[in-house]
Amino acid sequence: MTAVQAPLALEAIGVTKRFGSITANEDVDLQVEAGTVHALLGENGAGKSTLVNILFGLYHADEGEIRVAGKPVRMDSPRDAIAHRIGMVHQHFQLVPVLTVAENVVLGQEPTRGLGVLDLDAAAAEVTRLAERYGLDVDPRAVLEDLPVGTQQRVEILRSLYRQADVLILDEPTAVLTPQETDQLLGVLRGLAAEGVAVVFITHKLREVLAIADRVTVMRHGRVVGSTDPAETDEAGLAEMMVGRSVVLRVPKSAARPGDPVLSIDGLCVQDDRGRPAVDDLDLEVRSGEIFGIAGVEGNGQRELVEAITGLRDVLDGSIRVNGTELAGHRPREISELGVAHVPEDREKHGLIAAHSIADNLVLNRYHRPPFARRGVRQPAAIDDEARHLVERFDIRTASIDAPARSLSGGNKQKVIAAREFSHGAPLLVAAQPTRGIDVGSIEFVHRQLIEQRDRGVGVLLVSAELDEILSLSDRIGVIYRGRLVIVADAADLDRAHIGRLMLSGSDQPA
Amino acid sequence: MSVLRSALIPLIAVTLALVVGAILIATSGSSPVEAYSALIEGSFFGWESFGTTLEKATPLIMGGLAVAFAFKAGLFNIGGQGQLLFGALIAGAVGYGFTGLPWIIHMPLALLLGAVAGAAWGAIPGILKATRGAHEVITTIMLNFVAANMAEWLATKVWRKEGDILVRTPIIEDSAEIPTWGHVPLGFFIAVAFALAIWFLLQRTTFGFEIRSVGLNPSAAGYAGISVKRIIVLTMTISGFLAAIGGSIETLGVVGRYEPGVNAGLGFDGITIALLARTHPIAVIPAAILIAAMNASASLMQFKAGVAPEIVDVIEALILLFVATPIIVRWFVKSRQDDGVSVGATWGST
Amino acid sequence: MTTLAGRLVRYRWWLVVIIGITAFTLFTGDFRLDPTTAILAATLRHSTPLVLGAMCGILSERSGVVNIGIEGQMLMSAFAGFMVASGSQSLLMGVAAGITVGALMGAALAGLSVTLKGDQIIAGTVLNIAAIGLTSFFFTQGRSLPGKTPIIRLGPLADLPVIGKVFFINPPITYVSLLLVVALWYALFRTTWGLHTRAVGEHPSAAETVGISVVRMRYLNLILGGAIAGLAGAYLSLEAVGSFERGMTNGKGFVALAVMIFGRWNPVGAWGAALLFGYTNAIQTQFQFRGWFTDHPQFVGMLPFIVTIIVLAGFVGRARPPASLGQPYDRE
Repeated sequence: MTAVQAPLALEAIGVTKRFGSITANEDVDLQVEAGTVHALLGENGAGKSTLVNILFGLYHADEGEIRVAGKPVRMDSPRDAIAHRIGMVHQHFQLVPVLTVAENVVLGQEPTRGLGVLDLDAAAAEVTRLAERYGLDVDPRAVLEDLPVGTQQRVEILRSLYRQADVLILDEPTAVLTPQETDQLLGVLRGLAAEGVAVVFITHKLREVLAIADRVTVMRHGRVVGSTDPAETDEAGLAEMMVGRSVVLRVPKSAARPGDPVLSIDGLCVQDDRGRPAVDDLDLEVRSGEIFGIAGVEGNGQRELVEAITGLRDVLDGSIRVNGTELAGHRPREISELGVAHVPEDREKHGLIAAHSIADNLVLNRYHRPPFARRGVRQPAAIDDEARHLVERFDIRTASIDAPARSLSGGNKQKVIAAREFSHGAPLLVAAQPTRGIDVGSIEFVHRQLIEQRDRGVGVLLVSAELDEILSLSDRIGVIYRGRLVIVADAADLDRAHIGRLMLSGSDQPA
Repeated sequence: MSVLRSALIPLIAVTLALVVGAILIATSGSSPVEAYSALIEGSFFGWESFGTTLEKATPLIMGGLAVAFAFKAGLFNIGGQGQLLFGALIAGAVGYGFTGLPWIIHMPLALLLGAVAGAAWGAIPGILKATRGAHEVITTIMLNFVAANMAEWLATKVWRKEGDILVRTPIIEDSAEIPTWGHVPLGFFIAVAFALAIWFLLQRTTFGFEIRSVGLNPSAAGYAGISVKRIIVLTMTISGFLAAIGGSIETLGVVGRYEPGVNAGLGFDGITIALLARTHPIAVIPAAILIAAMNASASLMQFKAGVAPEIVDVIEALILLFVATPIIVRWFVKSRQDDGVSVGATWGST
Repeated sequence: MTTLAGRLVRYRWWLVVIIGITAFTLFTGDFRLDPTTAILAATLRHSTPLVLGAMCGILSERSGVVNIGIEGQMLMSAFAGFMVASGSQSLLMGVAAGITVGALMGAALAGLSVTLKGDQIIAGTVLNIAAIGLTSFFFTQGRSLPGKTPIIRLGPLADLPVIGKVFFINPPITYVSLLLVVALWYALFRTTWGLHTRAVGEHPSAAETVGISVVRMRYLNLILGGAIAGLAGAYLSLEAVGSFERGMTNGKGFVALAVMIFGRWNPVGAWGAALLFGYTNAIQTQFQFRGWFTDHPQFVGMLPFIVTIIVLAGFVGRARPPASLGQPYDRE
């Protein structure tokens, strides 16, 4: 009698995927056992998302094999993946905002009364049954877009469970959650594993891996660098596997020497795109020579706050003053000239004009002024001089300043924006998600630049969804909840759990 | 080299359209060779034919410029027809109504007021888009219909000479005429000058940079402090101005008065020409001459080869189809990487 | 507010509009039964091509593709319907040809916008211009139809006062269009096909991840929509006019887009909007009949186009369009 080894729930063997000249996955192996939580760890751009998109049939691997329950399968589309009982919870939710929870859950596999006529009552009943069984509380008839992010994520999980998934893949599920919501999710995932589901869980947060994973596979530069039991390693060990060298988890900085207030906001009220209050009677003060970090779950008014300061959104009530000058009612160009530099949240969409040359992008906030333009006529020589100077000073890696900005890597694009915004002596710098989606080297560069700006006496308002970034850079921290700062304190006086509770509920009481 | 390469797609499109056109001519029982030699003869042989071609090319250059210019800001101006109509009408009214002025004042004044009327008509969809988010494609088309009715009413009730049974304005004064030297029309050179000026505006001025920035990435342009709404309104206004210049020249230099229907279809020709020129202001000139050559020789083709003159419309439609398809594929596909201008993405947005 | 009073308050402007239109209709109809009925019947007549065109737009846009080529689809179908009907002397063959050509035009738009991922507005404009060129070239004078599609009386319903004459004494395509409004509404909101269509138009990658083919749904809807636009074209040449004229759609395809927007991308809403637009046409006839504005017919003639602009500018009835509208879908 020999013990029969259960086949692996999901297996990838020698998977390679290229996009043009870039190899996103090279000879990747992955083995996931049923009833376990398997963490896929790696930094941004390590190839984790590419791998799971292949496993889910969204991309097609150039080489290699995928096995489900021991059998090789072809994965040409999500339909194939679903047929093999693989479910996926996407980083950007793949849910239709205007449909109800029940409609979203059953979409593609709807209960009918025959002849293609929908049976929405049956759908709602099924959703309720699943929600109760797995402890995922949600109202099946609610319209999705009215629900908070954490609940929407539950709908994604329910959708996979409805399809009787044996394997559930989650792509950075905790990126949008508060620490408390994260803990809840991790609990749900443990419960699913206990029911026999194989959970594949992508993250770049070491803490989460150590908290729940039964096994962890680490990726770097498109390759698997190792697979191990988390119990046999620690945070530093995993981090070294992840980036390939010992990393400094702290950003080195000296104590801040704050001066007078640069930015003073009083009683600010701003609406979102749909006319609902987004910033609600908010007060804020940023002093010169300090970094003021705003922590919060995305969608609590951060974007509207930044847009109001930079003049991109109307101020409904209240005042925003920079060095005593009122900004409300001024246009973006005037505000920029009053000394507000802005690193926008969405680099590709708002920060650059990708088809314009790197040189044009480097002077995008000054192209209309001498020496770059005289009497309305552009002066290419002056623009090129400035561009060459900035490319050198900010170490922007490009063959030519005439190349379109589109040709740059994400990190170099961010350097173009930083070069443009940091180089003209603005007393206030508003940086929204300045390191989102860029490589570790560029993150370090941007962090050092932010601190350098601070040490020169610039007031920095940092808005970030990465709590670690806020904690390591900020001198003072404000937590935003439903459009208000629920606390403002010195960074040294706040700990992670405390901030998490405030982000989630706006109060100090445990949620 | 790059000029040659960017001319490749338009050349292929024109060739393909002529080939398919030849097949259609053959199936309708005529000889494609005869038809096409009549086309060349009727448009380029002799100063008279060539002059006619240049005359017909003039409003086409302006119509093509109007579409191409708006395109640079990501706007699709299909309202060239209505804007041109107003230019033609107001130029005609000023041309006959103002008397006793010297040529050096009267002609430019009529040209300018006609253009200003078209600019005002073009500003309406610009304002509606900037303030209300109404897509310019439908508003400009609707305004074409409104303009046709308005122009008919003005030409019937306000400016018609008593006793004239036709709907038209009286003959313009000699002092308002744009002259033709021998067979070569001065109006053509006015249009060429505008093409050069628009090229300079787009490539060498900050205003042109702002227009191109808004066309390529309106949100980034807004973040850079450019007022997107202002650019939309100004671009549509200038686009209307350009189209109306075409109508004014037609009235002052060719027809000598305003008559409805004389410019029918010119607005749509502008789209074909702008796309054929890949929205380059200078390239609009040869593209317009090509279309004008076909229009100028349509009747000779009918006379010599017995082909219905509408074959010209078909060939034009085919040129548009063939030139738009690769443009759509090569150029607009990349627009999602911000390589080109996209006019579809703003549909229904505010 | 769900109480009756609440609803009255909420829809007060609609009540004002309806009462105003009713009063105005009775006034133009000289408070007599026959002219009033005639206005209402003309309203329905004018609304038919608009609601069909709008349903074509709804099918396209609900699945995420802007269809600005409805005008061209209608024109080509009107032409094809007329040519086939006059050639075969069979109206049924003509209608079938119109529907087929409309569906082909829909497939062409799908090819340009879905497969080639082109700019949807340019693709639609190409269709429109191509339709003008092709119909002008191939149209030959001197052909005639065996008549127009016959008027069918629906038994005793036709004898009802006012309503009978307006709704139950009509030619066939008019009946079909009314049935289509109901059928399309049901299909869109009560069937899996409708749910898939809406999902594809709102969030195509979400639909794709649950195994719904975005490309297939968009092709299907554009072809179905084209067929409905084809029916609108056949209506114009075979049911309304009984002949083909160059450019006979005269902007109806664009007005249909305004009808679609005004009807909030909903077939029933579009029907209501189409009636409103049909009404602006119907009163023109009545104006002429009563000798009003005969000196200045141009101002009455531009009315539907001005109403379209007002609707489009969102001065009345603004709604949110499908979210993915206008953007080509790319899987990788």
